[in-house]
Amino acid sequence: MLSRTAENLYWLARYVERAEYLARTIDATLRVTALPAAYIGKTNEWDSALLTAGVAESFYQTHEEANEHNVVDYLSFSADNPSSIRNCIEAARLNSRSVRTALTSEMWDTINSAWIELQEVWSKGTSTREELAKFLRFVQETSLRFDGSAYRTMLRNDAYWFSRLGLHLERADNTARILDVKYHVLLPEEEHVGGPLDFYQWSSILRSVSALTAYHWVYRETLKPWLVADLLILNGTLPRSLASCYDNLVRNLDQIGVAYGRQGPAQRHARGIRNRLEHSNMNDIFQHGVHEFIQEFIADNSRLGEIITKQYLI
Amino acid sequence: MAVAFDEMNIPGGDLRPAYQELARWLKETPSEALEYRRQEAELLFRRIGITFAVYGESESTERLIPFDVIPRIMSGKEWTVLEKGLKQRVKALNMFLRDIYHGREILRAEIVPDDLIFQNPVFRPEMNGQQVPHDVYVHIAGIDIVRVDAEDFIVLEDNARTPSGVSYMLENREIMMRLFPDLFARHRVAPVERYPDELLAALRSVAPHSASGEPTVALLTPGVYNSAYYEHSFLADKLGVELVEGRDLVVKNNEVFMRTTEGLKRVDVIYRRVDDDFIDPLTFRPDSVLGVPGLMSAYAAGNITLANAVGTGIADDKAIYSYMPDIVKFYLGEEPILKNVPTWRCREPKDLAYVLDNLSELVVKEVHGSGGYGMLIGPAATKATIEAFREKLKREPEGFIAQPTLALSTCPTCTASGLAPRHVDLRPFVLTGSKSTTIVPGGLTRVALKEGSLVVNSSQGGGTKDTWILDE
Repeated sequence: MLSRTAENLYWLARYVERAEYLARTIDATLRVTALPAAYIGKTNEWDSALLTAGVAESFYQTHEEANEHNVVDYLSFSADNPSSIRNCIEAARLNSRSVRTALTSEMWDTINSAWIELQEVWSKGTSTREELAKFLRFVQETSLRFDGSAYRTMLRNDAYWFSRLGLHLERADNTARILDVKYHVLLPEEEHVGGPLDFYQWSSILRSVSALTAYHWVYRETLKPWLVADLLILNGTLPRSLASCYDNLVRNLDQIGVAYGRQGPAQRHARGIRNRLEHSNMNDIFQHGVHEFIQEFIADNSRLGEIITKQYLI
Repeated sequence: MAVAFDEMNIPGGDLRPAYQELARWLKETPSEALEYRRQEAELLFRRIGITFAVYGESESTERLIPFDVIPRIMSGKEWTVLEKGLKQRVKALNMFLRDIYHGREILRAEIVPDDLIFQNPVFRPEMNGQQVPHDVYVHIAGIDIVRVDAEDFIVLEDNARTPSGVSYMLENREIMMRLFPDLFARHRVAPVERYPDELLAALRSVAPHSASGEPTVALLTPGVYNSAYYEHSFLADKLGVELVEGRDLVVKNNEVFMRTTEGLKRVDVIYRRVDDDFIDPLTFRPDSVLGVPGLMSAYAAGNITLANAVGTGIADDKAIYSYMPDIVKFYLGEEPILKNVPTWRCREPKDLAYVLDNLSELVVKEVHGSGGYGMLIGPAATKATIEAFREKLKREPEGFIAQPTLALSTCPTCTASGLAPRHVDLRPFVLTGSKSTTIVPGGLTRVALKEGSLVVNSSQGGGTKDTWILDE
């Protein structure tokens, strides 16, 4: 297939995944900030939402402080923020148009209808909490529909694999970021860990990666930071865990390698990361420092993106 | 202006046979139902993304071409005549191009004046003496046809470069079949859906001799911001070929390759929707980022087929148009089946004098214009416009031709105040391969939606209709 087509499919999946993640982040933050102050402590949840979205720096170039109004606007509707939900959806639609021939009609229909529907939201914004909630739900549902139609209607060939690569790479990045912010920024001191206040913080993390129910099924325990980390980093059964993302990345890259009759640096690099995850346990990670571990992971993960680009997409 | 020919009604109250069943159906169908279907059609077009961009508006503007749900109907007998005439015309166009870039017998016979060719910016000296695979220049032609009476088909314009609109012919039919199954059940409409298959067969048949047994075809588009992008992606999809942009192609050792995830892959035939000027920055416009550097040398080496060939503009030029009847006679020794609109060539002093005296009754067109831009429609223009145009015409008479204002035929069309006649034209698509010329029965009917308007161009308020050829 054309390199440009593969590139578009890869980014299309990334944009849709990112839009969903942003919607979940806002959703989870709204929930936490609705709690009485005593339950959430003094941290500015909206600041941390910016950090998990990786846009804090650009935000503070044009804003003094982070509050619900301006962060929701920046993450959802801002045309200036290159990774706002709006720009993700716009970019996804543009990418879809450029590779229409590689998409199934169901996938195109999902993106195009969502784009048409959202034009009105872009022009009017959301004036009430209810409208905002509806919008956030719509974005998440669009991502689910898109993912579902890709899964159910695409031929299992390189077009599918490249789009999956984009999805899992983006997802791994998102999961890693949210963990890092909560561990590093919100809980620098060990004494907080396990307090009543944390319950809401941790449940909010899990909610933003849709893993709250999963946690209870897996551990049958109250929320504990190290178990949350274990679930999100090492548990291969949770679709958003780093381990699961890498199982998928390795598998999809292998499928491409087999189909093209040749392996390359992308396959080797992905396998390296997966092996490291497989041979880690939470004790080691805590010893090493969660922050350091995740920072390394984020760098490795984005390195994989570069290698894939070089090997296949240009 | 004469009374327009009504394709449905015979003066006196009778119906033409091809429209009888439609008229019955219209009588049974309440107008709200029609309106409801019209809205449904619009929704479908939007959802599928059948849009076009209007140049000069902001980049994100995507507009729908209005779709009129009342089909335009022609009898099989009428079509047979038209089909024969189209094949004759396209054959002559191809022979003319071959001659212009080789022996130039038609110039030596003084049928067409030399300077009209050599001083014409769409003439491509790069093509002189160059062999094009299988001697086909115009693989895809869109010939614009109008009617003024029950007998004749008149060619308004030959489009021999990169004619567009065929996706509307196909999608209009799809949508009509979805919305009006009962109406179809009452007619025997010749199908159009084999167009992509025939196009692919034609493209493959003209692959260069150096191509492998299974030639690789690609469709070259200027990209998503081009006004016809939807059509490009639609066709690539239906053909099952890669939709490439200039940056996806690379020329090495005079062969053309596309960049794929598995490395370079040779391309043999390019169905290009990029104009000559932009196709190779090394040969034509150096500022073009849409083209492929070196493409023309691969073309000269005979390793790639471009469809349509480079330099075909010289055949559909409006100045050449007026010579078409003679061109047909010269190469084929036959009388042209399709008529030409009588045309005054403003380059000739006698004609110019006549045109200047009769501006308010004539249509004056730029020789190199297209899309309905830059033309004067005398009867509809204000005095001031006419005077401004007169000055332009005097300054550069060779840039213009003039024609009488034709009373284009009308078809019943949905309007705000119910069904009413509106002027239409027709663009059938003629495919020429190495062995045969084919035309799917039908084409794109464009309709001027404004009352009395004769301008059918989509950029200026025109709409489209499904075109039915009855299989009798």
